[in-house]
Amino acid sequence: MTSTAVTGSQNARSPSYGRRWPRLLVRSIGLLYLALLLALPVGLIFVRTFAGGLEPVFTALRSPDFQHAFWLTLTLAAIAVPINTVFGVITAITLVRRRFPGRGLLNAVIDLPFALSPVVIGLSLVLVYGQNGWFGSFLKASGFQVIFAVPGMVLATVFVSLPFVVREVIPVLREIGTDQEEAAYTLGASVAKTFLRVTLPAIRWGVIYGVVLTTARSLGEFGAVSVVSGRISGKTETLTLYVEERYSEFDLIGAYTAAVVLALIAVAVLLAMNALQSGRGNQAREWVTDLLRLGRRKRRPVAETNQAEI
Amino acid sequence: MAIVIEHITKRFGDFIAVDDVSLTVPDGELTALLGPSGSGKSTLLRIIAGLEVPDTGSVVLGDRDVTNVPPQRRGIGFVFQHYAPFKHMTVRDNVAFGLTIRKRPRDEVKARVHDLLSLVQIEQFADRYPSQLSGGQRQRMALARALAVEPEVLLLDEPFGALDARVRKELRAWLRRLHDETHVTTVFVTHDQEEAMEVADGIVVVNHGAIEQVGPPRELYEHPANEFVMGFIGEVNRLGDAWVRPHDIDILFDEVPGSVEALVERVVYLGFEVRVELLRRDGSRVWAEVPRDQAEELELRVGQIVNTRARDARTFPVPDSSPPSVPEQPVTA
Repeated sequence: MTSTAVTGSQNARSPSYGRRWPRLLVRSIGLLYLALLLALPVGLIFVRTFAGGLEPVFTALRSPDFQHAFWLTLTLAAIAVPINTVFGVITAITLVRRRFPGRGLLNAVIDLPFALSPVVIGLSLVLVYGQNGWFGSFLKASGFQVIFAVPGMVLATVFVSLPFVVREVIPVLREIGTDQEEAAYTLGASVAKTFLRVTLPAIRWGVIYGVVLTTARSLGEFGAVSVVSGRISGKTETLTLYVEERYSEFDLIGAYTAAVVLALIAVAVLLAMNALQSGRGNQAREWVTDLLRLGRRKRRPVAETNQAEI
Repeated sequence: MAIVIEHITKRFGDFIAVDDVSLTVPDGELTALLGPSGSGKSTLLRIIAGLEVPDTGSVVLGDRDVTNVPPQRRGIGFVFQHYAPFKHMTVRDNVAFGLTIRKRPRDEVKARVHDLLSLVQIEQFADRYPSQLSGGQRQRMALARALAVEPEVLLLDEPFGALDARVRKELRAWLRRLHDETHVTTVFVTHDQEEAMEVADGIVVVNHGAIEQVGPPRELYEHPANEFVMGFIGEVNRLGDAWVRPHDIDILFDEVPGSVEALVERVVYLGFEVRVELLRRDGSRVWAEVPRDQAEELELRVGQIVNTRARDARTFPVPDSSPPSVPEQPVTA
């Protein structure tokens, strides 16, 4: 069978714009690349973790240091994500809708956490808030420790995950324009109501995607947190730091287990996002929409919901 | 409710969008702001709505000076050029928006939305999203949404601009009927002179941020104040300093006093009317519009020599300052 014949026979179902073998080749290269760089290493961690059975894994999970690191990681994300979401949306609106001096500069500064190495970010925080830093003596006098403590880690996490919501929301804001907001004003809606009922629902997918990326970045942060935390086991150690610490202590099962937990959280976040995205029109979406309506209305039976909205 | 605008000026940087405009829109009338693109007509409409703040001047609605009143409290309804539907809401929720913002009782909202949807004939699409509607349906949804809050002034920015010709014609007639029923003072912006003539009680011709002439359609057509209005409303030929409408050019076999010989260059049948393009002996080119039977009687054909006579040529005094505004290509219907 010649390749022309193959292409011809396939034309009826799906259009093809070239010979078959180059497409297969491209596909294979792509898959091989992903397999070698992503699937294989991550898969191996899972294999290694459970190679000795479940018992060592459970022992590792029960370790107080692990549990502390686990909760600390979640806490950091739980603080950083809402902060960056609220300020991210505000910053995005400011950048898109307002003209003010220094706008270009602000726009560039937002991307600084992308451009700078996290280690540099950590060091810069130490320079400002550390014992010998700018605010150091003031902070020491008021008995508030930032560096080598949780507040510093929060700062570092917020810093590195800052651009995501802004960058996801800006293009969506540009695309929707100001028409809908102006329409809401002419219909009597205040600025606050217009934001809650028109702007926020219109940009919600940008916000959600930004939140997912911010969460992933917060959970996975290593460099900046490593510098500012001092890495005190059971006190200022996040999961990523814990993995590295266990690994260097030759507690391989401990390291693998924590790594698997990190990977599982990441997968859960990605699945949640996919559910929201593919779920346009299904329950996940309705759930988010309800959430965004901030409980303005009590839930009614589904059959009635469509008929009697508002 | 009458709209009184006094000495409104609006600049965008160096560009003067509206230049010291004063205008009164009578209560209960349907008024068109007509002008070429960039003439400032949309800016003027947005100033009436409160969506733009004028640099100087005042806006009075009824007996209330609203110059510093935000759009929320002006009692207006606004229909945007691209309808500005709330994309994440159903048609029903879109129309109900203004009422829910005003916290009207649910039953009242439901009844009113139902009435409006049947008024604009899109009841059957109440549960659809705007993206599932055609352009004309979206337009009517936007109108229903603006009417829901019972505005005292209805403002429409190029309401039919983005629709195809047939839907446009339907909606024009429909808007006119709607206005005859509701009598809400209505101002709409358009660049289409035919649309303005067909729908409006009064037309305000705007050019370069200033008003050229205000009047009922017929008056503007028959007594244009200047060359710009003459050229923008209806079609014109220029003969030296004079302007003449194509239907005011007679085509004759015989020479009569004041007639000029001309060569027929092109004959175009446009249904009832026939358009004849002529090269006159003095070297000027004109075109005439004659009824079909007259054209057949004359047996007009390309290459023929005829006599032409301008029945009603007009001249306008040259404005003292800036050169007279040369009308763009006459708007063809």
